[in-house]
Amino acid sequence: MLTASGLTRSFRLPRRSVFGPAAVRHAVRDVSLALAPGERLGVVGESGSGKSTLLRLLLALDRPDAGEVVFRGRPVRPGGGLGWFRREVQMVPQDPFGSLDPRMRVGDSVREPLECLAVPGDHTAKVAELLASVGLDADAASRYPHQFSGGQRQRIAIARALGPEPAVLLADEPFSALDVVVRAQVLALVQDLVDRLGLALVLVSHDIGVVQQLCDRVLVLKDGVAVEAGATADVLRAPEHPYTRALLDAVPRLPEV
Amino acid sequence: MTLLAVRDLTVGIGGAVLVDGVSFTLDPGERLGLIGESGSGKSLTALAVLGLLPAGATVTGSITLDGRELVGLGDRRLSALRGRKLAMVFQEPRTALNPLMRVGRQVAEPLHHHGLLTRRAARTRAVDLLADVGLPDPAHTARAYPHQLSGGQLQRVGIAAALACGPALLLADEPTTALDVTVQAEILALLDRLVDEHGTALVFITHDMAVLARVARRVLVLGKGKVLEEGELDSVLRAPGHEYTRTLLTAARAASFRREA
Repeated sequence: MLTASGLTRSFRLPRRSVFGPAAVRHAVRDVSLALAPGERLGVVGESGSGKSTLLRLLLALDRPDAGEVVFRGRPVRPGGGLGWFRREVQMVPQDPFGSLDPRMRVGDSVREPLECLAVPGDHTAKVAELLASVGLDADAASRYPHQFSGGQRQRIAIARALGPEPAVLLADEPFSALDVVVRAQVLALVQDLVDRLGLALVLVSHDIGVVQQLCDRVLVLKDGVAVEAGATADVLRAPEHPYTRALLDAVPRLPEV
Repeated sequence: MTLLAVRDLTVGIGGAVLVDGVSFTLDPGERLGLIGESGSGKSLTALAVLGLLPAGATVTGSITLDGRELVGLGDRRLSALRGRKLAMVFQEPRTALNPLMRVGRQVAEPLHHHGLLTRRAARTRAVDLLADVGLPDPAHTARAYPHQLSGGQLQRVGIAAALACGPALLLADEPTTALDVTVQAEILALLDRLVDEHGTALVFITHDMAVLARVARRVLVLGKGKVLEEGELDSVLRAPGHEYTRTLLTAARAASFRREA
């Protein structure tokens, strides 16, 4: 359904000297992936591995130097006329504090994509339904983001993303700003919604526990290159690449008692 | 002999009680983990011990270090202790270090400030300390400014500066939260080794029980400013006594990576 082939994106680094060429950093280098309907892909890697750049390319928020994103057979390129794509592919951002307009009532924030994307139907009823589906009271719609906790704001961001009834959800570290108890609750919510709505998911995370919980397949990025990909269970049980092994060994674990 | 004794510590800011009757003790060389969620009062407890609470905070109760009362101690007396007898590693090394000062000088500063070494000797010692925290080419790194180093390297500098004067007590407030997992593992191993070698007592603040288990032996669970549970790590993990601790552990287990999946 969603495929990316040979995606490459590089950025020019600041010049070290007035002479000589500027250095170039490959944020993402020749990454390909394919996502079937209802499939859940985890993208793991550390800071600077290119996870977020990859996500921006998949969302057509950035133009690749090479390679192409194709959704349901149609090429997806940054620029105008992507309404059809935005209705089907929605994003849950990392930081619920930065992603909601603080001057906009929560209901209006959730309603905004419905209007921008001209989603048919009664928007007021839809907003109420969306807020209920993420476990918030109906009166949440008339309040402002600052009146909510981090976990509740992340629920609002999820409700907003689900508004256009997308087929794919892309999420960039959606749990990393949350405390452990709240994180478990929001994780359970996402799992339930994705199951119930049959959504495909691309989850970018440095948290391997979260990927293990939510994703069927995993892609490991290091310095912009996909070093390993496969079924989550296989990769986590028997990682092939030394980097994947190092990553797994580094995860702190609760001692078994 | 007790190194640190906190008795009935209460911290209020603007009428709200944020730390509410917290008591615990720490022996020399002992490692204690303070765990709780945002707003549980764990960071304020550490800041109270350091005498670094924000202006306007009211403190009651008692905090003694080596038998000496810290609550109500004047700023000059406190600053004579900070860095020498007790020191802190902060969550964000990028904001904790001075961006305009070479890192070697920041490590040397407490040594010179407390009159332990001359300025020149402190600089030489700083290079040794940077080597001790595993920074490559320490003489060169000492001349770098913070923006030239990575987050993990900066946290190593922060640890070197904190341990420079050989304090009896080290407080670390979520020192790995801002770091990648592989870097986190390195920093935790480093803290573990250094605290061991120097016989430093450690108060380690975190919201992550798995991280806590890596460095601490005893745990204090905080919630809404109160001590909810205290005990040896093993027994708290095996049989959590408080409802909140159970919730915390269930949540941590739910989202944590399991090897044999």
